[in-house]
Amino acid sequence: MSTAAAAIPYTVDARPDTGLNNVKLGIWLFLASEVMLFGSLFAGYILLRTGNPAWGAGSELLSIPLATLNTIVLITSSVTMVMSWVAAMERNLKKLRLFMGATVGLGAVFMVVKGFEYAAKFEHHHPPSYSTFMACYFTFTGLHALHVLAGMGVNFYFGFPGAKMMQTDPQQFANRVEVAGLFWHFVDLVWIFLFPVLYLLNFGPPVSH
Amino acid sequence: MTDVSSHAHPETAAHGDSGHAHDEHPQHPDHPRPGFWRHYVFSTDHKMIGIQYAFTGLLFLLFGFSLMMLMRWNLAFPGKAIPLLGKLLGDTRMPGGSMLPEFYNQLGAMHGTIMVFLGVVPLAVGGFGNFVVPLQIGAPDMAFPRLNMFSYHAYFWGGVVMLGSFFAPGGAAQGGWTSYPPLSDILPTGQTLWILGMLFLITSSLLGAVNFITTIIQLRAPGLTFWRLPFFVWAQFVTSFLLLLAFPALQAAGIMQLMDRVAKTSFFLPQGLVVSGQVLKVSGGGSPLLWQHLFWFLAHPEVYVLILPAMGIVAEVIANNTRKPLWGYRPLVLSVVSIGALSFVVWAHHMFMTGMGTVMSTFFQTTTMIISIPSVIILTCLILSLWGGSIRFTPPMLFALAFLPMFGIGGLTGLPLGLASPDIHFHDTYYVIAHFHYVVAPGTLFALFAGIYYWYPKATGRYMSTKLGHLHFWPSLLFINGVFMPMFIQGMAGMQRRLYDGGASYTHTAHVLWLHKVISFSAWGLALSQIPFIINFFWSKRRGAPAPANAWDATTIEWAAPSPPPHGNFEVQPVAYRGPYEYSVPGHAGDFFPQSEPGPETVSPIPGTPHPAHA
Amino acid sequence: MQHIDTAEQGDPHLHADLKKHVRTYMLVFGSLMVLTLVTVGLKYLHLPTVPAILVALAIALVKGSLVACYFMHLISERKLILILMLATVFFFFGVLLGPTITELNEINPIH
Repeated sequence: MSTAAAAIPYTVDARPDTGLNNVKLGIWLFLASEVMLFGSLFAGYILLRTGNPAWGAGSELLSIPLATLNTIVLITSSVTMVMSWVAAMERNLKKLRLFMGATVGLGAVFMVVKGFEYAAKFEHHHPPSYSTFMACYFTFTGLHALHVLAGMGVNFYFGFPGAKMMQTDPQQFANRVEVAGLFWHFVDLVWIFLFPVLYLLNFGPPVSH
Repeated sequence: MTDVSSHAHPETAAHGDSGHAHDEHPQHPDHPRPGFWRHYVFSTDHKMIGIQYAFTGLLFLLFGFSLMMLMRWNLAFPGKAIPLLGKLLGDTRMPGGSMLPEFYNQLGAMHGTIMVFLGVVPLAVGGFGNFVVPLQIGAPDMAFPRLNMFSYHAYFWGGVVMLGSFFAPGGAAQGGWTSYPPLSDILPTGQTLWILGMLFLITSSLLGAVNFITTIIQLRAPGLTFWRLPFFVWAQFVTSFLLLLAFPALQAAGIMQLMDRVAKTSFFLPQGLVVSGQVLKVSGGGSPLLWQHLFWFLAHPEVYVLILPAMGIVAEVIANNTRKPLWGYRPLVLSVVSIGALSFVVWAHHMFMTGMGTVMSTFFQTTTMIISIPSVIILTCLILSLWGGSIRFTPPMLFALAFLPMFGIGGLTGLPLGLASPDIHFHDTYYVIAHFHYVVAPGTLFALFAGIYYWYPKATGRYMSTKLGHLHFWPSLLFINGVFMPMFIQGMAGMQRRLYDGGASYTHTAHVLWLHKVISFSAWGLALSQIPFIINFFWSKRRGAPAPANAWDATTIEWAAPSPPPHGNFEVQPVAYRGPYEYSVPGHAGDFFPQSEPGPETVSPIPGTPHPAHA
Repeated sequence: MQHIDTAEQGDPHLHADLKKHVRTYMLVFGSLMVLTLVTVGLKYLHLPTVPAILVALAIALVKGSLVACYFMHLISERKLILILMLATVFFFFGVLLGPTITELNEINPIH
């Protein structure tokens, strides 16, 4: 599709006065909307929590070690993601496959750990309907997990079937990997805030049922 | 009155395309002509997508209007059986042809949702924005054509889900377009489908906003600086930021309401809620006000999404049909940007009656009063643009002119609502309905009609019939005022909204009940008045008077492309040499100087001072 | 730090710049690991509510800024992007603080 894409300017090269190409501006705009999306959830969280004296203690109900592991997994995946971009800039296919594979793999680890966490919650009769805290926990981490899944899909595509673009249009490919990276880092960033808020910052007596 | 339908143009005579409609997709050297599906259903061309949005939007507008016409029967004749239609809708909705209250509520909720989210915004932003903006900035397409196609489909299928909710057990959503919990948490299945439909629609708008902003920033033609953009593009630019940053709040709220309904969470359900005599078995701890905050955080900027593209269209049509530049281009731009920014901090004026403390209500009253200033500036500039103009009363201009006083009434009647004390009296009455309908119906909708008459020649190569345009305009103007003006009176008498019998069971509004009949007959008259438009819309595509590329002797860049424009829009990349409204430039041959026509750079003089050429 | 956008393959400057970038990424990675362990460790100090929230959010802010500035190249990115994100954060606080302050005013009225 490169002839059709070439008809639209600045798909690969930066526009001189803005210094940006189209996808980079596009992804930052999208991330701005995602900030507002997760921000609205956080706003809801604060409103519900400050109005509720019987807020369950997260650390009682959730596993901090597992979540710490997940935090480390996600941060590491951000490093492997940025290394994939370096590989794309260097036009090094083997390195790209290695680091993209690692990123997707670490994403999968995150999802598996999350799966264990969710299963444990249901086993202990703490589903989303148990309390507003659990409702927040499942909704926020669930939405986040959907984003991780989407990112994994995109990254897998660029690392493997889509990597042949590195031969035909290396700079556009590198731009796309960078943009995929921006999304992935954002997903990591959201988790960096979710982790302390949901797991570390809960006090007070657990909800009595 | 100038008859433009038989205008001969020196510039287009050489092209010889005034005799027949242009082939919309000539064989392109790079790729073969697409088949039916690629051309009409899965198109990535902004013009086709714009037409898809416009068409679908207009159909939804008609449908949403039909829902209201059903409601108007029950308001004029509460409890009476509707002739013919009554039997068709079945016993769950209209036993014996007489409307059930639950069905009335479904009609009401869906009317609002469909008009706002499936009708006006897709037409104004998806339709006009997609078709006109790339052409006006001299670009070959939008920045992300495939994303554009995806956005349209997200809208379309979201609409299908919404309509499907009518067939869910228990019927469609019936908690108002505002879906307040706790009620919306416990309504039948149709409400869940409403939420799912909204999630689709919001996704469509978010991705569309990304596309518009990137396109306007990145794909402007050489020489087209921000201060040379047509006001329509500025309006769409600000609108897109509103969609981008405000819609996610409703997305979040929608997800939470979905969880409440499906996973039995209590985001919005307080402890100890009693439903039908029984305490609801949920964890409690939620806040119904949380929904209201998140909903209105979107829904207030949303009303500016409804009005800004309309103001943009009116500005284009007025400049063109007065043959002079817009008055106050800079104040217009600064005002529209201020409106965008301020619209994020006024939302709680929809919540004055929720038990808000005085500090907060003072804050929101103040910001609401402040935001009326740029709105008035825009309206004033548009009105002043008429002064000293050579006015051509073409059909688009008729609608654009009507917009001005209609929006004036709508805007001014909003002021008492934005102040907490009078709002105590007016909140949730017919006054509110009258206010917002004035802005959206004889306001935005008239502007959108102006846009259709104005850009139809660009999209099809033919003018719409002027006679049918008049037959559409004058009765519509009359009847639409007949529908909404009496509602102010009813509201001031204290008639509440969303009552299926129109307040017939209350004594304090008995003396204004008769107005329901006036309104209903006006509504049905308004419906009949749309028939000339529908005929015109389809008939003119084949039989309308052929239009040259620059059908209205206009200055903005879209008129430099053929009508209709081919794939890629312009054979040669246009360059902008001057401002967008160089009409009646002193010393220039002809009464307009197109933006992309090579020549000396000119800038509109400040009114009252001598033109630089004569200084 | 120079912002690499459209370098060509084999460009020696590119490789040198990328190596500098990689060094930075590793430093940031290390800092993020340390901060993660610190924030978890602090949990077991059982600080009182308000200081605990402030410290945890401050650490999260630092971690987030590191990811944004270095992994997402924000520190060397065009001003346009920076303005966009700052404006977003400004509106984000509107969503965050607006309803919260309004509702808190109900629980503990200021007027």
